[in-house]
Amino acid sequence: MVSVYRQEDHAFEVDRETLIQGLREVLAPDNLLVDDEAMRPFECDGLSAYRQMPLVVALPSSIDEVQAVLALCSRLRVPVVARGAGTSLSAGALPHPQGVLLSLSRFNQILSIDERRRLARVQPGVRNLAISEAAAPYGLYYAPDPSSQITCSIGGNVAENAGGVHCLKYGLTVHNVLSVTMVTMEGELVTLGSEALDSPGFDLMAAITGSEGMLGVIVDVTVKLLPHPPAKEVLLAGFADVETAGNAVAGIIAAGIIPGGLEMMDNPAIRAAEDFVHAGYPVDAAAILICELDGNPAELQDQLDKLRILLDRLGSNDIRVAKTPEEQASFWAGRKAAFPAVGRISPDYYCIDGTIPRKRLAEVLRRMQELSDQYGQRVVNVFHAGDGNLHPLVLYDGNVPGEFDRTEELGGKILELCVEVGGTVTGEHGVGMEKINQMCVQFPEAEITQFHALKAAFDPHGLLNPGKAIPTLSRCAEFGGMHVHDGQLPHPDIPRF
Amino acid sequence: MSGQDISHDLAARVAEASQSGTALTIHGSGSKTFYGRASRGETLAVDGHTGIVNYEPTELVLTARAGTPLAELDEALAAEGQQMPFDPPRFGGGTLGGAIATGLSGPGRPWLGAARDQVLGLRLINGRGEHMRFGGEVMKNVAGYDVSRLMAGALGTLGVLTEVSLKVLPRPEAELGLRLNLPVMEGFSQVEDWFRQGFPVTGAAHDGSHLHLRLSGSQSALQAAGQTIGGEHVAEVANWWSALRDQALPFFEDADTPLWRVSLPPLTDSSGFDGPVLHDWNGQQLWLRGARDAAALREQAASLGGHAVCFRGGDQEDAVFHPLAAPLQTFHRRLKQAFDPAGILNPGRMYADF
Repeated sequence: MVSVYRQEDHAFEVDRETLIQGLREVLAPDNLLVDDEAMRPFECDGLSAYRQMPLVVALPSSIDEVQAVLALCSRLRVPVVARGAGTSLSAGALPHPQGVLLSLSRFNQILSIDERRRLARVQPGVRNLAISEAAAPYGLYYAPDPSSQITCSIGGNVAENAGGVHCLKYGLTVHNVLSVTMVTMEGELVTLGSEALDSPGFDLMAAITGSEGMLGVIVDVTVKLLPHPPAKEVLLAGFADVETAGNAVAGIIAAGIIPGGLEMMDNPAIRAAEDFVHAGYPVDAAAILICELDGNPAELQDQLDKLRILLDRLGSNDIRVAKTPEEQASFWAGRKAAFPAVGRISPDYYCIDGTIPRKRLAEVLRRMQELSDQYGQRVVNVFHAGDGNLHPLVLYDGNVPGEFDRTEELGGKILELCVEVGGTVTGEHGVGMEKINQMCVQFPEAEITQFHALKAAFDPHGLLNPGKAIPTLSRCAEFGGMHVHDGQLPHPDIPRF
Repeated sequence: MSGQDISHDLAARVAEASQSGTALTIHGSGSKTFYGRASRGETLAVDGHTGIVNYEPTELVLTARAGTPLAELDEALAAEGQQMPFDPPRFGGGTLGGAIATGLSGPGRPWLGAARDQVLGLRLINGRGEHMRFGGEVMKNVAGYDVSRLMAGALGTLGVLTEVSLKVLPRPEAELGLRLNLPVMEGFSQVEDWFRQGFPVTGAAHDGSHLHLRLSGSQSALQAAGQTIGGEHVAEVANWWSALRDQALPFFEDADTPLWRVSLPPLTDSSGFDGPVLHDWNGQQLWLRGARDAAALREQAASLGGHAVCFRGGDQEDAVFHPLAAPLQTFHRRLKQAFDPAGILNPGRMYADF
């Protein structure tokens, strides 16, 4: 495995023995791993194509220990990579070769559920779904539901600003987290946000949410809970071509309907899902939309009637409304199983995460098909249609030499296409290590420099998760994809390698 | 699209001021100059930087230059049956840039979200005069730090906003206004229950004698809610709520005494705040009329998990916003340094030290 870190990313001067000795003084004996065998499970996250062994793994079990580890690393100038459940799909929790991998997995307690005020205070290692499960007896839930919600942790959700299938109506993590307590790189404990709807000063919750572990280590999170909607309806609509399906999404929104969830799958995804879970999907459809409406029963019935007429007019040739909760679950089952379903038809797949303006969907799908043909790798599409977030899955076989490299390059081209049509290189998976080169396509030099300055305000020595999320200017110069601003050659002052 | 782009001039002016160390006071329509501390410096007028740049109703996105009047946005959105859900106070004028820079939100805030929630992207000129773009025009975007939302409520101290992209939403089919004879805390607790039953609550305020409730949704939903909830139906619903939003109700009339704003966690017992009080946001935003002992009021708000701002009518040379805890002060100073190293943008508007 070639190192994905650049030379400037690991120019720290770290003495492993001094570090281990210092960590032994501040951590309980069971909370430090130094043997390769014990550290092996931490060498990658959900994006297993990227692997890197850390110098050591710290598994603190108290906030005091987290503070002591960070203060020590700050003093010794040792990089620190925080890790939650390790489900990142962008190698955000990839260890640093000169650093401490700081696992928050032992912070797994729900501290309180305030039923009346609809607040939950949890430790960062608590699983996303566990919050909703704990709130369920009160008729409440935590809204953001990334597909990894069974295993992913809330600390990681905050770090990545995780999304899910209900974002258009209920927002992302940034809209549902009220407050965090974090440890700064210097080891200081600080609380951002509050239980109120605003706090004095800058909106530091906005800065920390989605910051990919670059600004601080989160040790406590307060989230907002929502009441379960009193009623919901799930509808499935088949289309003879993808473009008509894409236009139908715009048509639904133009009619003033904001669905709780609005998902699209293309024909290869429909077939793979149907073969896997037998959801009853129309396997001959070029695309399907799955639409969930929720709210109070009176309004819901109005919306459902309106939606059926609308979808018919917008060219759907197959409209089904789930009649029972079981049927609702089965409409969703195929979509939720889409990734493992694709895993059955291909030895490996690579999940891409770009967002585009919805109106460019048909064009983007056509050009993705051209790229797919050009690279000789099949692409299957599932799509959070409501918010324009694409998840093309590129099929490949990791045992065939060259296929992964081709896949990765194809993935990069798809992301560049997303930027070209006015979108972004990452909707919800984060930049991490994976999309760091494409950041050079999306952002000009001034913005990248500003991002680095923002980081330095929290982490002046650049010790938190170095080499991720924001590319160095020399990386961009070498990658060569740098945004050309006002017709000027980017970085004329930077040497090219 | 109409309007004019003067961003080149604005950026040049900031770059020049950065060189010479000249402080600038960013000025839109001037509708909220009462808010925050007094800032010193030459006026940088951004109200000439106007026009809707992109509005795609089916994408639920509107992008406009910062000097565009809120009234112009309201008109364009209404023509497509849409609205800004955070419903910024207009205060008789207001620009898009000012609405985001102050980060203020209307009565629907607890249910419909805040200004920061609906910012998808923006362009700004930092203190070096560099014109930059963050975020974008799509709903989901996690590329880079969320600088756009960081600007909401930063009062122009980190950058001159030049363009903002907002998430917009369909305007509800109808509104229902109800007036109920319920005490403060019982009323707010009741509103929470109605919300949990799925009634489309978009406003809950208490004037000391009555609970005022606003519901927004389909006719059928409002009919069902009205039957369950009861109370007195209020004609011309929109007027009362926009008057609350813009501080045009009689409660706000006495402009000579200070008006304090207290922000609180949900369903907090606020009976300890004496004097004339108007409760909004289902009890999470309190308006307090009259001169107060600032330190005592701040301590009282903080002890309940909230904070207090001298919103208008106080001494703008004095502290206006709630003081920050020590580690937060450090972040603020360093962030200011990161965006505006010469300290020229709205210096002192938020806190005296930057």
